[in-house]
Order: sequence, then structure tokens, then C-alpha cells
Amino acid sequence: MAGEGMSREAANASRSSTFDDQRMESIMGRLLQVGVLLSSACVLVGGVLYLRAHAGGVANYRVFASEPANLRTLKGLMVSLCAGRPSAIIQLGVLLLIATPIARVVFAAFSFAMERDRLYVAISLTVLAVLIFGLVHSS
Amino acid sequence: MTYSLRMSVLVFTLLVFIGSFVAGLLGALTGLGGGVVLVPLLTLVFHVDLRYAIGASLISVIATSSGAAAAYVREGFSNVRIGMFLEVATTFGAVFGAFLATRTPTRWLAIVFGVVLLYSAYLSWRQKGDAPPGGPVNPWSDRLRMSGSFPVNGKEQSYTVHHISGGFATMFGAGTLSGLLGIGSGAVKVLAMDKVMRIPFKVSTTTSNFMIGVTAAASAGIYLHRGYIDPGLAFPVMLGVLAGSLLGAKLLAKARVSMLRTVFTWVILALGVEMIVNGWLGKV
Repeated sequence: MAGEGMSREAANASRSSTFDDQRMESIMGRLLQVGVLLSSACVLVGGVLYLRAHAGGVANYRVFASEPANLRTLKGLMVSLCAGRPSAIIQLGVLLLIATPIARVVFAAFSFAMERDRLYVAISLTVLAVLIFGLVHSS
Repeated sequence: MTYSLRMSVLVFTLLVFIGSFVAGLLGALTGLGGGVVLVPLLTLVFHVDLRYAIGASLISVIATSSGAAAAYVREGFSNVRIGMFLEVATTFGAVFGAFLATRTPTRWLAIVFGVVLLYSAYLSWRQKGDAPPGGPVNPWSDRLRMSGSFPVNGKEQSYTVHHISGGFATMFGAGTLSGLLGIGSGAVKVLAMDKVMRIPFKVSTTTSNFMIGVTAAASAGIYLHRGYIDPGLAFPVMLGVLAGSLLGAKLLAKARVSMLRTVFTWVILALGVEMIVNGWLGKV
């Protein structure tokens, strides 16, 4: 591409690698697209089944009552998924959606490693550590 | 205003889907994101508990950010390095904000939300434009390889980054607000990059959009464990906002954005006042 930035071009030339930021960006875009598509499809299927089961009930979100444990933990979710619960299918889609930006950070860490950019590998891994802390930290 | 809204799950789901679709559409057209109108819409109109509204909004924010970022990243406007570096600040902030949210009474959350809405209205009211590239060049701009370029009329224009520590601190604040209120806090992210770090506006907005998904994902796990994310609510909200924002992005080239922006600013202003009043009176 004629349109490479000065510093970017110089930096990439000194690293004899065919993998550059532009390659990374285009793969990243595709990764995000696939993640959103997959999770939306999952939520849609779960949502339609959910409506078929609950359409006539009364909607009540006025009072907060924390979701039951089978929708809050991975283990509980797997059990109700196997039972074919529609709400569990939606929640799986939600988990897939949360996993999409996390996958993007993992991919960035690999890309920076291929570009031999240690500083940005460290930065990506720091972000990843915070994301994983947020995801696994319960109570 | 203590009437209770009784409607069937089917009607409720349809109305929430339509409301979320409009929120996503306007959010994309004005660049403010759907979260800022979605939470007041769910709490004030649909009488949804603020915690459920925050959970559902956060999920829709991840969906729109990831959906739109796919296009922006490939167009070459957003800067992956600036985004990743600043995500250190926003993710720490988001986790901090999510912990604060679970310990803060909802009426206080409503008041903070109202103040953020008023501030967003103020920011969108002011004329946006590139700040003049003045001030000393930060040596870290090159050391962190943040300096980059973006396409302007087919040619690449290069830029450097200023006030990195100030931008980093502002980003921590943006992350905290995102985790606390379940919004993307795009307005504050753009403020940090555009005004503080002097990054060109187009790079700032697209990089901000790109960062929002990772910021929101940092607090989403905490909300999920706390039971704030209800599948029956998350389903119409996520699909509605996503569909609305995708259509909005398509219409962006043709729409008369300045008029829309004025209307949207007034809506946000009114919602902000109502959130503060309701929080103050303990009605949320």
C-alpha cells in the first residue's frame, strides 16, 4: 500500500516480518464481525424459544431479584443448556458476545508477538489479565 | 406516578425491541451511542429496575462496538496501538466502576447517570473540530509507537500524540463511568483523545468506538455473576440496538446529522433532568 505512515513503515522495515499492523487490523475486523454474528444468532434462537415458552406471562422487571444461579455461573449454565432451557441459550449468546472483544485482545497479543513488539505484547497481556479478572471474579 | 405497567412478555419484548432499535439508530447517527438513551428509556418508560437496565445496556454496548469496529478498523482510521494502550486505563476503570455499582444505592446511580447525561448534552452542543496541533511533542508518542497516519482525501496524513498521562487518567474516568452505569462513555473517551491528547477527530471517534467493546467486556463478567443480566431483557435490547446502529451507520452519509444532533441533545438534556429528579425523590 502506498499509504503507509512514516513511523509505521520504518518500524516494520526494521523487523523482517510480513505481518504488519494493517494485516492485523483486517483480521481483527473479521474476528469481531464473526463474533457478533455468532452471538446474535445464538441470542435470536434462544429468544424465539423463550418467547414461545413465556409469551403469555406478565413482564415484571420492576423489582430487582438477582438472576438464579444457573444463569450466573458457567457450571449452572451448562446444566440448564443441556436441559434445553431457552434462557440458557440466550445467556450463552451473551457469553459469546463478551468473549468477542476478549478474543480480539488475545489476537492482538499474538500479532504484536509476531511483529516482535515486546512492549505491546506486555500491554495486551495486561489488558487481558484485567478482562479475565473481571470474568472469573465472583461474589 | 406509582401506576404499575402490566403487559404480557410478548408485548413487552416487542416494545423494548422497537425502543432499543430507535436508541441504536439515533446513537449511531449522532455518534453518542445507544447506551445513554437506553438506560433512561428502560427505567423511566418501561419501569425496569436500574440494575437490570444497566446490565442489558452494557451487553448492547459490546454488540454495537464490535459490530461497527469491524468496518472502522478495516478503513484504517482507528489506531490499534493507541486503543490497546488506553484500554489498560479503561479496563481497570471499568472493573473499579462495576464494583462501585454493586455497592451504590440505585438512587445515587440515577443521579450520577443524570449528571453524565447533562454533560454529554453539553459536549454534543459544542462545535466539534480538530484542535490545533500545538504544544511540545511528547517523546513517548514515538516510544510507544502511537504516532500514525490516516487517510484524508486519498492521501495519508500523519499525526503525533500529546499529553499521554492526562489522556490516560481521563480514560480511567471513562472506564469507571462505563462500569458504573453500563454505558460506552464514548463522549468521555473522545474527549480524552480529541481534546487532551490532540488526536485527529476521526481517529479519536473510531478508536473510541473500537475501545468501547473491550471496556464494557471488563465489567460485563462482574454484572453477569451478580445477576444483573436478565436473558428476557438482554435479548430484545441487544438485537434491537444492534440492528438500529447498523442501519444508522448505513444512513449516516445521507442523513441531516446537524438537525438530528440538536433534537437528540434536547432529548438527552430532558432525560438527564428526569433521572436526577427521580433519583433525588427515590423513585428509581
